[in-house]
Amino acid sequence: MKVAIIDYGMGNLHSVLKSVQAVNDAGAEVFLTSDPDEVVRADKVVFPGQGAMPDCMRELNAHGLAEAVLETTRSKPFFGICVGAQLLFEHSEEGDTPGLGLFAGDVVRFAPGLTDAAGERLKVPHMGWNRVFQTRPHPLFAGIEDGERFYFVHSYRFAPATGALTLGESEYPDRFACIVGRDNIFATQFHTEKSHRAGLQMMKNFLAWDGSV
Amino acid sequence: MLAKRIIPCLDVTAGRVVKGVNFVGLRDAGDPIEIARRYNEQGADELTFLDITASSDDRDLILHVIEAVADQVFIPLTVGGGVRRVADVRRLLNAGADKVGINTAAITDPDLVRDAAGRFGSQAIVVAVDAKAVNADNTRWEVFTHGGRRPTGLDAVEWAVKMAEYGAGEILLTSMDRDGTRQGFNLALTRAVSEAVPVPVIASGGVGTLQHLVDGVKEGKADAVLAASIFHFGDHTVGEAKAAMRAAGVEVRL
Repeated sequence: MKVAIIDYGMGNLHSVLKSVQAVNDAGAEVFLTSDPDEVVRADKVVFPGQGAMPDCMRELNAHGLAEAVLETTRSKPFFGICVGAQLLFEHSEEGDTPGLGLFAGDVVRFAPGLTDAAGERLKVPHMGWNRVFQTRPHPLFAGIEDGERFYFVHSYRFAPATGALTLGESEYPDRFACIVGRDNIFATQFHTEKSHRAGLQMMKNFLAWDGSV
Repeated sequence: MLAKRIIPCLDVTAGRVVKGVNFVGLRDAGDPIEIARRYNEQGADELTFLDITASSDDRDLILHVIEAVADQVFIPLTVGGGVRRVADVRRLLNAGADKVGINTAAITDPDLVRDAAGRFGSQAIVVAVDAKAVNADNTRWEVFTHGGRRPTGLDAVEWAVKMAEYGAGEILLTSMDRDGTRQGFNLALTRAVSEAVPVPVIASGGVGTLQHLVDGVKEGKADAVLAASIFHFGDHTVGEAKAAMRAAGVEVRL
């Protein structure tokens, strides 16, 4: 089995690679690649991303990878992480950037002046460990408690046009979609590669997943 | 809701973790990789490495430490110390750091913060602010450099606000008059900065008891608390710190 981690020059993917390798019990070939042909030939695809969405979209296009990403989303088990997940939407408020348009909806900034129930101001970026509530069953939730904490760092969030895409939600202070997907596609706002045991378990589940739900 | 973070800090020089009082009288605390693994197992929310190496010959040692830790520890890693150029930020991120701390260089060249945040994203840039009270009633604080010995004339609160505007994704605020003393954070300073900036603030400097961590969050309004000696010398585990925070009504990741 070949697992491609798509590298389009946006940041260091060492942790993503190491976290997949750490749970690679089945001996899959796990590699970083920026070659569209290698991406298309892989059996599974991990699509990370960090930094600003306009830069990510520009680099994805510069590497000629946008079409390869879209092709893999049609059939292969696909895991988007952070900006890699945001890129699947139609549009982001960040730099007024068009995305890949696979998911109906936008990526929007957390509103200014958020406060929690006690009236304490909430900072943006939303940074740290927050609870993830599983809003529908999914094979990638195997062995992960509902409400488990994962590591987030982001100022923009998913705003899917339809609730049908939402698989998991977090709270800051309102509920927001933090896992979206359909069929063979699964995408998280949080960083599995920085989420300790829970993140490793989710990636382990991905390696075992055949893409059906 | 979002948990308050507990961040053990590892001061590293010549490949070893050390700890001193007010940056003098360093005590050896062990192997950084082994210590990082231990804190990870205990449930640390992040780890911060401060490279206090004086000699530029030994600068690359921290890169090897970070690479080794990033291979085995899957929580966020921040590295600071001696960061002067965008190229330094890139080297540390490439070694496996998730965030890079900029301290003195932010003062001498504030555009470094803007450039680094523009290039790598605000989430990767932490500005470290070392501050001390400059009046007797602890209501005015100034930024200091060189381990708290050199005043800069900058007001600490205004400086933190400016750094957030320049693109810092987080402020690491050290109470320099408390660092290494185990007397607790300067809570008035911590609160003033945390309430002034829109980004998360990590309180640092002076933790001697678990109650100090609780106070940093509840009184100081910090989003995260950083400590070194209470963890290094076996006084407390990260787990004990979290249990104490939870008992005090602070939301933590257990």
